[in-house]
Amino acid sequence: MDLTIFERFFGPTWPAVWTLAKIVAIVVPLLACVAYLTLWERKVIGWMQVRRGPNRVTFFGLRWLGGLAQPIADAFKLLLKEIIIPSGANRFLFVLAPVMAIMPALAAWAVIPFAPELVLADIDAGLLYVLAITSMGVYGIIIAGWASNSKYAFLGAMRSAAQIISYEIAMGFALVGVLMAAQSLNLGDIVVSQVGRYGFLSWFFIPLFPLFLVYLIAGVAETNRLPFDVAEGESEIVAGFHVEYSGMTFAIFFLAEYANMILVSTLCSIMFLGGWLSPFAFSALNDIAFARWLAAPGFHWLAAKIFVVVFFFLWFRATFPRYRYDQLMRLGWKVFIPITLIWIFVLAVWMMTPLWPW
Amino acid sequence: MTFQQFVFYVLAGILLFAALRVITARNPVHCALFLVLAFVSCAGLWLLLEAEFLAIALVLVYVGAVMVLFVFVVMMLDINLSRMRTGMFSYLPLGLAVALLMVLEMGLVLWSHNVELADMLPPAAPAADYSNTRELGRLLYTEYVYPLEIAAVILLVAIIAAVALTLRRRKNTRYQDPTLQVSVRREDRVRLVSMPPVRRETEGANTAPGVSAAADPQARGAP
Repeated sequence: MDLTIFERFFGPTWPAVWTLAKIVAIVVPLLACVAYLTLWERKVIGWMQVRRGPNRVTFFGLRWLGGLAQPIADAFKLLLKEIIIPSGANRFLFVLAPVMAIMPALAAWAVIPFAPELVLADIDAGLLYVLAITSMGVYGIIIAGWASNSKYAFLGAMRSAAQIISYEIAMGFALVGVLMAAQSLNLGDIVVSQVGRYGFLSWFFIPLFPLFLVYLIAGVAETNRLPFDVAEGESEIVAGFHVEYSGMTFAIFFLAEYANMILVSTLCSIMFLGGWLSPFAFSALNDIAFARWLAAPGFHWLAAKIFVVVFFFLWFRATFPRYRYDQLMRLGWKVFIPITLIWIFVLAVWMMTPLWPW
Repeated sequence: MTFQQFVFYVLAGILLFAALRVITARNPVHCALFLVLAFVSCAGLWLLLEAEFLAIALVLVYVGAVMVLFVFVVMMLDINLSRMRTGMFSYLPLGLAVALLMVLEMGLVLWSHNVELADMLPPAAPAADYSNTRELGRLLYTEYVYPLEIAAVILLVAIIAAVALTLRRRKNTRYQDPTLQVSVRREDRVRLVSMPPVRRETEGANTAPGVSAAADPQARGAP
């Protein structure tokens, strides 16, 4: 595509405009995915509970489209509702909290490689950047809980802060294993280092299997999803940190949660499941034309992997009851952190032996 | 003014404002949040220096973990704001004296070498494949490995000391042993009772069939 016309039109501001255009090209499809993820979640959980899920709101009255317009109807409902700021709440922080929640969920996408060379910011310490940015997400929850001036919200914020800090350590250690195996902090390089002769057998989820499990479960806990959603805990503290939020301020918390879910799934796919690589890239099949077509890497493979991992999140929600708080803390501190530490040690020894094929 | 200078002045301005508000804000929670803002702007300044590893580590460790705990604790405290503010002026002379001393010390260091901005040339631009993280790791684990180990041991001692100082075993603490909870079998909790069906013989009798079966020792199954 020839962009020189635009380049001449915008003059010296062109780099900024071009970067903004790229950001929009990432964020808009992401928000569309978030909207339809809510519908997909309700559908999947409906099917798992032998219900049909949302099936009324549809486009142009076409019955066979089912509930396809449900996210749009939900969005309009939330947009039109009144935002109530409780008396005694800290107005500025009350409004700032949803912003603090959605900012990391969107900013972390800057370093995610979608396909070979297709990344907004190809920075050297991409993995660290993701970890640092996502660790700021907890401020949205804490500030929301405190600024609401409500006991339930405050309890939810306290629970969430303790939980996220506990699981972040295990998550960070799992990432240490990944960067040891890949010898790089750049997410693109991490994917490239999983290229091998045996297709999906050369991805990192095999040598790093315990870390993969820890990362996936800690990711569920980090996003405050069931069975780790004690920060919301409808049956105990009504809705936790966002009990006082209504309308669009609530919707932004909701968006942040689902965007974080997709983010964790994407990182999981990139670090452990080979990112954009094809699972059928066996070097033995190189002579067959069909196999070559199947083995071509590309964004579609990444999208398929993200879809599968996100499905796990929904499946967990439909399957497991909520953890009790002490069990949750025990799992984080006494199970996950020792597992990751031991596996980092095993990995270090393993990588020094000739048995390490990666 | 180049774009880089503009970014520097914006970040530095926010940093100074936030640092000032840390000590002047009335509410301790606001103070802690302003400290977070100060850390984030400082990380931005370090990014301008191309020290991306340090900048990200600052956000990761201080903003993402230390300050979360800080805010957590400050929010839980029940602080009497009016009492906190009394006695501010009696401490002011001492604070001013300490501040002046610090300014003097910094001035001595800066002036004794008689350095000017022109003497501090910007470092040569690194090569394209230069990795800040790799260089830092190489230095830390080769040249500075003993200082690093000593620092790690000191921190470990501090952790153990903090735990030892605050750990208090109460005699009547109730807790659950997860291994016992997990090893429970159905037989420990549920007893299946086999009850022969009982026909209700007379109309209007006020003994319900279940009650009569439970009261009858013969009807109970073997435990």
